[in-house]
Amino acid sequence: MTVQDTGPATAPDAAAETQAQLSAEIEAGHAAYAAGLERGEPQEHGPRKNWPPYRSSLLRHPTKDLRHADPETIELYSPVFGERDIGPLEADLTVQRGGEPIGERIVVRGRVVDGEGRPVRRQLVEVWQANAAGRYVHKRDQHPAPIDPNFTGIGRMLTDDDGWYRFQTIKPGPYPWKNHFNAWRPAHIHFSLFGREITQRIVTQMYFPGDPLFALDPIYQSIQDPRARERLVATYDHDVSEHEWATGYRWDIVLTGAHRTWTEPEDGDE
Amino acid sequence: MSDVLPQPLPPTPGQTVGPFFGFALPYERGNELVEAGTPGAVRLHGTVRDGAGDPVPDAMLEIWQADPAGGVPARSGSLLRDGTFTGWGRAETDREGGYWFRTLTPGATEAGRAPFFHVTLFARGLQTRLFTRAYLPEGAGPATDPLLASLDARDRATLVTVREPDGSLRWDVRLQGEGETVFLTYDEGAGAGRDGVGA
Repeated sequence: MTVQDTGPATAPDAAAETQAQLSAEIEAGHAAYAAGLERGEPQEHGPRKNWPPYRSSLLRHPTKDLRHADPETIELYSPVFGERDIGPLEADLTVQRGGEPIGERIVVRGRVVDGEGRPVRRQLVEVWQANAAGRYVHKRDQHPAPIDPNFTGIGRMLTDDDGWYRFQTIKPGPYPWKNHFNAWRPAHIHFSLFGREITQRIVTQMYFPGDPLFALDPIYQSIQDPRARERLVATYDHDVSEHEWATGYRWDIVLTGAHRTWTEPEDGDE
Repeated sequence: MSDVLPQPLPPTPGQTVGPFFGFALPYERGNELVEAGTPGAVRLHGTVRDGAGDPVPDAMLEIWQADPAGGVPARSGSLLRDGTFTGWGRAETDREGGYWFRTLTPGATEAGRAPFFHVTLFARGLQTRLFTRAYLPEGAGPATDPLLASLDARDRATLVTVREPDGSLRWDVRLQGEGETVFLTYDEGAGAGRDGVGA
């Protein structure tokens, strides 16, 4: 296991700004996006690269527009992963340390497809998360919440022949970060996904429905379009819940890559 | 299951890899696509820097490449590292922003195209992953490749590795500012490449 101890995740003096200041920045950004849509500017599907409310991005975001390239042969494929790459228990984050981790046991299930709805078959899904108290195993996590000796928060699995993934874990807790004063991340699970082609590769975060921290979070709100944001929120699915064992969440993933840009219907066309 | 999904489907947005991926994504020998002493092994290495020129100690790079004959690897084992050349590797940056891979030199996959490593870059503070390419410095490729030929000299230089005296390939990444690396989109849709569009 690799750990780093290169200091605090953000500058310690960053915590001088208030949530009200950050929320005002977020609201102003979203208002500008909505006005742009009215003027006919394109709908956005992803987060803004240049999004100052996420302070760590200030010196790290590229300032130029992305340059268009036609994918060449190697880019029309993804690396191949197999059963031999992962252990049989890696899709169960509750059994990795010999004892039962503390928290609300959940099952997360969903389907990975491309923009045409074709399943992403036999492909690697990696997940990582905080424990029920909102603490990561990572050394740089200084949040004074308990580490659970029975929970590492790391999982890996392959999708099946129809693109489905499934894993069992403990529901992660929200946690504080140093973006500004009294800043809290909504509870989330990090996902790393490969598609049918390398241009479909994404890393993202899955959230839980109804989280009161959504409106306050500069990372979730870096996605300007509300419909795009909603695509990161899992739904409670009683068919995934298991009798006297675990509650269930469903989260489907669409990896579009190079081939198609999806466009929302114009208002009034629906 | 036989769900029939409506078409076309909206993409799932990316999000930052955050500060805490280091305990989860990097794995043992992830950056070693071939073992030490493998004939033809080459070291690809460099430093990732931010807009102030400071090293980025919490970034992660992945490479995906053809084999030396220009073939697309289709073998599993990237996480196992049992000696199979899979064409894919992952490296996190160290405290000085440095990374390295031990791999084979990629061949061209199409006639008239320059060989390159496809690179996916992640970091705390990057809202979503970035794609780019690291081309080999030799051959006619840099003059004839459609992407490289479309760039001015300064931008082109950001995508071409440098052959060091020891035979290794150096390729530095500048996220922002002077010498900012050219990052790519493969999206052909309206507004593609603009901030947030098609990301």
